[in-house]
Amino acid sequence: MGLPISQTLAPDGELVAAHDFTTDDLRAFHRDLVLARRIDTEAFALQRHGELGLWPPMLGQEAAQIGSGRALAPDDFVFPSYREHAVAWCRGLDPALLLAIFRGTSLGGWDPADHNIALPAIIIGAQTLHAVGYGIGLTLEGKEDAVVAYFGDGATSQGDTNEAFAWAASYNAPVVFFCQNNHYAISVPLERQTRVPIAQRADGFGFEGVRVDGNDVLAVHQVTSEALAKARAGGGPTLIEAITYRMGAHTTSDDPSRYRDAHEAESWAERDPLLRLRSLLERTDPGFADFDAEVQAEAEELGEHLRQVCGELPDPDLAELFEHVYDQIPPELVAQREEVRSWS
Amino acid sequence: MELSIGKALNAGLRAAMENDPKVLLLGEDIGRLGGVFRVTDGLQKDFGDQRVMDTPLAESAIVGASVGLAYRGFRPVVEIQFDGFVYPAYDQIVSQVARLRFRSEGAVAMPIVIRIPYGGGIGAVEHHSESPEAQFVMTPGLTVVSPSNPHDAFWMIQQAIASDDPVVFLEPKQRYWDTGEVGDEPGLGLHESRVVRDGDGVTVVGYGPVVKTCLAAADESDVPLEVVDLRSLSPLDLGPVYESVRRTGRVVVVHEAARTLGLGAELATRITQECFYSLEAPVQRVTGYDLPYPPCRVEHDHLPSVERILDAVAVTGEF
Ligand SMILES: Cc1ncc(C[n+]2csc(CCOP(=O)(O)OP(=O)(O)O)c2C)c(N)n1
Repeated sequence: MGLPISQTLAPDGELVAAHDFTTDDLRAFHRDLVLARRIDTEAFALQRHGELGLWPPMLGQEAAQIGSGRALAPDDFVFPSYREHAVAWCRGLDPALLLAIFRGTSLGGWDPADHNIALPAIIIGAQTLHAVGYGIGLTLEGKEDAVVAYFGDGATSQGDTNEAFAWAASYNAPVVFFCQNNHYAISVPLERQTRVPIAQRADGFGFEGVRVDGNDVLAVHQVTSEALAKARAGGGPTLIEAITYRMGAHTTSDDPSRYRDAHEAESWAERDPLLRLRSLLERTDPGFADFDAEVQAEAEELGEHLRQVCGELPDPDLAELFEHVYDQIPPELVAQREEVRSWS
Repeated sequence: MELSIGKALNAGLRAAMENDPKVLLLGEDIGRLGGVFRVTDGLQKDFGDQRVMDTPLAESAIVGASVGLAYRGFRPVVEIQFDGFVYPAYDQIVSQVARLRFRSEGAVAMPIVIRIPYGGGIGAVEHHSESPEAQFVMTPGLTVVSPSNPHDAFWMIQQAIASDDPVVFLEPKQRYWDTGEVGDEPGLGLHESRVVRDGDGVTVVGYGPVVKTCLAAADESDVPLEVVDLRSLSPLDLGPVYESVRRTGRVVVVHEAARTLGLGAELATRITQECFYSLEAPVQRVTGYDLPYPPCRVEHDHLPSVERILDAVAVTGEF
C-alpha cells in the first residue's frame, strides 16, 4: 500500500541505488555520525553520573539527523524538538549548550540567529507552527531559503502539527516537515497515533509526503535535499517520514522494558545506521582504516572535552534572570530582584 | 496502611474503578508504562485497555474526547503528563468542560477529573515544574483541589471522581514519594480546609507541595505557627483561616506559583475584608517570583523555603 520507502544503502552496507556522493562526502558522513553518537552517549553517561538531570538519547537516529542536517544550506532555518542533538551539531551549535539545558543551568541559551536553529520545543508539536510562520515570513520577504521542522511520530497527533500542515499548504510555505518516526512516543507505539503511514497524511492536506529509510544517511540526505530545493523554488511544503528507531530509552528517566520487548530493539540494532556506512566504507575505501582511527581519536577528545565543560557550566544567578522577562524591567520586578539578592 | 502519595493515588483510582464501571482513565503512557510517575501502575493490567486507555499524544483531544464520554454518562479521569502540557487542553477545559453545565442549565454534567502532576523541586527541564492553579481557579465551573499527604490523596481522588462537576486535581509531584498513614475514613469533604498544626502566633496558609515546607517552618519557628492546609482552592473554605487569623492577627500565605494574581492575592483580599479589625499586620506572601519558572539549578531560590517563610513570619511581627 501507498508510498515507497527510499533507500540507497541497505542494512548490510550494500548499495541498492545510485548516488552522487564522493568518497570525501562519505567520510564526512561517517565522521558526523561517529561524533554525534559520541555527544549523545557521553551526555547519557554524564546523566548517569549525576551531572545532568535528564538526557533524551538519540541513539539510532543519527542518520536521520545527519542526513537531513547536512542537506541544509547555511541560510535555512531549523525548528527542533528536544532530541535533535545531531541536527544541532550540523548547525555548528556548541554541544555544551545542549548539556546546559539538561543540566538545568539554562532554558536555551543561544541566539537562534547565530546558527539558524531555534531553541528546542519541549511542548510536542509547537514548533511545527513556528516553522510555518517563519516560512510565510520568508515568502513575504521574497527570500529563497527553506525551513525545517523536526518532530516525532507522536507529534503528528497534535492539533498544532495538523494546523501547521493546513497552513503550510494554504500558504505554500517553504517548509520541510521532517518526522523522525522512531516508532514510540515514550511508551505508546506508532499504531496508537496513526493508521496510515505518516507521510501519506500530507496528501490530504494537499502536499507531497515521502518516506525514507531513516537509518540510511545517504537516502535521507537525498530526499531532504530534494524537498529543500523544491521549497526554495516555490514548490511549497513536503512531509518527510524518516523511518527509524529509538534504540535507547525515551529519556534517562524511562524504562523501555515495560513497553517493548528486547527482540525488537535487537532487530533494530542490526540496522544501526553507523554500521551500515562503515561496512560500505570498509569495502570500498582503501584508506578508511586510517581515517577511522583519526575519527575515533577525535571522538575521544570530544568526549573528554564534554566531560570537562559539563562540570564547569556555571549555575545562573536567579537575580540576573529578572533582566530577561521584559524589555524594560518593571519596578515590581526590580523589587522582587532585590528580594532575591537579599537572600544570597 | 502506610503509603506514599503516588501509591495512595493509585489505590484511590483502583477503588473508584471497582466501585463504578463508568470510571475510565485516559492519558499518555498511563497504560503499559503506568504513567511517567507510575500513578496508574497495574491498572490497565487489571481493568483492561478499554478502561485504562493509552491515548494518542494530543492533550486537547484527551480532554475533548472526555467531554463526549461524559455526555454518554462515563466518568473520565484524565492524566495530563505534566503541568506545562495542560495548555493545549486549556481551551477544552475552560471553554467546554467548565461551561457545559451552565450552558445546558444543569442538563449536562461533566464529571471529569483532570489530574495534573504539578509544581517544582524535582530538577526537571522546562514545562515540568509549573503551578498553573490560578488559571483554573479563575474559571467558574471548575473545582480545583490539591492533596498534601497520602491520606488526602487516597480519599480526595475518590471524592473528585464521585463529584458531578469537573475537578482539576493537582498532584504535588515533588511529594509523590512521601509516605504517611492512610485512614479508613475520609474525615473531611472534598471542599474543606483543615488546620494541620495549632499555634497562636502567626497563621500560615498553604496547599499542596508547600504544606510540608510550612510544617517544617513551624518546627523551626520561635513564634508558634498555626498551619492551614487549604486542600480546596476552588471553592475556597476560608472558615478555618478566618478563625485562626482572628486569634493570631498575623498571616503568611505560601504558594509556588508566581506572585502577581496568584492565589495569595485572593487570599489576602478576603482575609483583609473578613478579619480587618483582627489584623495586626498586612498579609504577607511567600511565593514563586514573577518569572517564567527558572532553570532548575536555581529553582530552590525560586520556591518558597523555610527561611523565606520564617522571614515573612518575622515581618508580620514588626507591626
Ligand atoms: C504537549 C506535550 N504533551 C506531553 C509531553 C510529554 N512528552 C514528552 S516526549 C513525549 C513523546 C513524544 O513522542 P514523539 O513525538 O514520537 O517524539 P520522540 O520523543 O519519539 O522523538 C511526551 C508524551 C510533552 N512534552 N508535550
